[in-house]
Amino acid sequence: MKRSTIDLWVGLFVAIGIAAMTFLSLKVANLTPQSGSETYMLTADFDNIGGLKVKAPVKSSGVVVGRVTKIELDTKRYVARATLTLDKQYQFSRDTSAEILTAGLLGEQYIGLVQGGDPDNLASGDRISLTSSALVLEQLIGKFMTSFAEKGTQDAPAKTE
Amino acid sequence: MNALLAPIRRLGALSINAIWRLGFISRFFVAILLNSGQSLLRFRLTIREVYFAGVLSLIIIIVSGLFVGMVLGLQGYNTLARFGSADALGALVALSLLRELGPVLAALLFASRSGSAMTAEIGLMKATEQLEAMSVMAVNPIARVVAPRFWAGVISMPILAALFNVMGIFGGYLVGVEMIGLDAGTFWSQMQNNVDLHYDVVNGLIKSLFFGMAVTLIAVFEGYDATPTAAGVSSATTRTVVTSALVILALDFVLTAFMF
Amino acid sequence: MSSDSFIELKNVSFAYGDRPILQDISLTIARGKLVAIMGGSGSGKTTLLRLISGQVLAQKGQVLVNGQDVGRMSSRDLYQHRRRMGMLFQFGALFTDLSVFDNVAFPIREHTRLPESLIRDLVLMKLNAVGLRGTEALMPAELSGGMARRIALARAIALDPQIMLYDEPFTGLDPISLGTIALLIKKLNDALGTSAVMVTHDVHKSLEIVDHVYFVAGGKIAAEGTPDEVRHSSSPWVQQFVQGEADGPVHFAYPATDSLAQAFGIKGETA
Repeated sequence: MKRSTIDLWVGLFVAIGIAAMTFLSLKVANLTPQSGSETYMLTADFDNIGGLKVKAPVKSSGVVVGRVTKIELDTKRYVARATLTLDKQYQFSRDTSAEILTAGLLGEQYIGLVQGGDPDNLASGDRISLTSSALVLEQLIGKFMTSFAEKGTQDAPAKTE
Repeated sequence: MNALLAPIRRLGALSINAIWRLGFISRFFVAILLNSGQSLLRFRLTIREVYFAGVLSLIIIIVSGLFVGMVLGLQGYNTLARFGSADALGALVALSLLRELGPVLAALLFASRSGSAMTAEIGLMKATEQLEAMSVMAVNPIARVVAPRFWAGVISMPILAALFNVMGIFGGYLVGVEMIGLDAGTFWSQMQNNVDLHYDVVNGLIKSLFFGMAVTLIAVFEGYDATPTAAGVSSATTRTVVTSALVILALDFVLTAFMF
Repeated sequence: MSSDSFIELKNVSFAYGDRPILQDISLTIARGKLVAIMGGSGSGKTTLLRLISGQVLAQKGQVLVNGQDVGRMSSRDLYQHRRRMGMLFQFGALFTDLSVFDNVAFPIREHTRLPESLIRDLVLMKLNAVGLRGTEALMPAELSGGMARRIALARAIALDPQIMLYDEPFTGLDPISLGTIALLIKKLNDALGTSAVMVTHDVHKSLEIVDHVYFVAGGKIAAEGTPDEVRHSSSPWVQQFVQGEADGPVHFAYPATDSLAQAFGIKGETA
């Protein structure tokens, strides 16, 4: 069995293939959170999660610190419970607050964490108690419309007087 | 009456023939699997075919991937910019390539570049009695000629699809970032935030694996089943490209319905 | 039949679908002999070879090779049988994607686990036997028709077969190449002691080299004998074939069911 140029080409071909797949998994997809670094879990209850999805990022001051790994409905209190998986190197105090934010006007929703002042940190499995729900556009518009209408009814008689 | 019945009769003959061939191709697939020992034990046979099926398709895959990515970048930008979300261009380019365009277009190109070549080669070997000579020499042509080509196709297809994706994303990057002037960081981070390794990348590659199997199976089958004449080989080559294209698109629908 | 017979066909019938090719044929080929089967195109000569190699199976009768019935062999036995057999195809059937060397080495590599150096020696020996040493690096497309036939012969004898089957070895060759091939077939047969069957319609060259001749016509053995007997045969059929006359016992016209006049639609006439 001799080595031939065909072997060289096929070897190169396979190497290119492996390189392409590595590029796709590392640079295009986001392999990093699962890759080795240890994580811990927190839960947070929200009255309304809006369009939040599993895999949505969890950010603190804009830095991605983890991801939403589970969303379920707590059937006792009827609130949404999101499970967040965070990188172990980011620790948060017990009075940290979580809110559901939107990237841009119509963008993707994510959870923002704001660090509190408590010296004790949240441990794995703990619940974030300070939460604020997602802004639901319909509700927002609804509120806006009602307040507009109320204002209108207040204004109207004023003019006729 | 007879003139009325003729088209119906022709349709009937056509469907019976199609079912016949479907049965034959299934049996052929099983025969390939049963006779694959040699192409895996004597891997050099397969390596040689990877060269012809895969390496020689590199240029067309690279060039087409680049252009498809550039078109995606341009069209995607024009559409997204209307909704003020041009930042999502990276995600758009990557997702459309990884999920659909990469596997499907790479498979279509592979079918017309390598599939047709395989059919023509095997068909000519049959026409010039080479396959028969082989079986008279107590060498099973399915094990020696067909199976290595089949496995070479199955190995090459995901590699080519991955390369197509990378080139496409690069093409999208060229247009979006270098030409239009989007922020490179946004381009990549949008992509990374929206592309899931298992859901998008791996599923896309699984798709291309299925396409590779389908295309090479059709190619080697058409070659093996070709009428051993010049006209027969030429029509078998045409059938390979046409059937492959239809099967790729149909299979893509089925796989997409299953996966996403 | 004599105990010396190596290949024996007993009352063999064969048909492709409804079209009978061979009917109740019996013939024997003695060990170490070179036998020619002659007949017009489409007389079923090649089918006879395919029966012996087991590519097609007889619908009736037995094809015995060395006492074994080819029709009843398991696929494993059939492969064993084919390994002891060499076949020269009508146009050589060289593998176009392999070089001359790899073509001749093909059966050796497929069926033995010999080291590469030994394979090299064997291949050169076989190429030397057909007088084409030095061509090993060429591709089949670079060979002339006669050379390709000789390389194919070298490939067929690569594993020193006990049986050689020649399918129209002289077709499409110029007189010199034809002479060379005929000489090689004769020489190899004598040297290797193989039993050989040659299907041909080249009467004169074949009669010079073979030991026995069978004439096949209409799916039956029409005549047989040694070359001398054939040359001096009184059978008008054999004479027509040997002399190459257009009309005789074998008619020029295909037996059409209607007359030419009927085919032209002229009514009232019958053949």
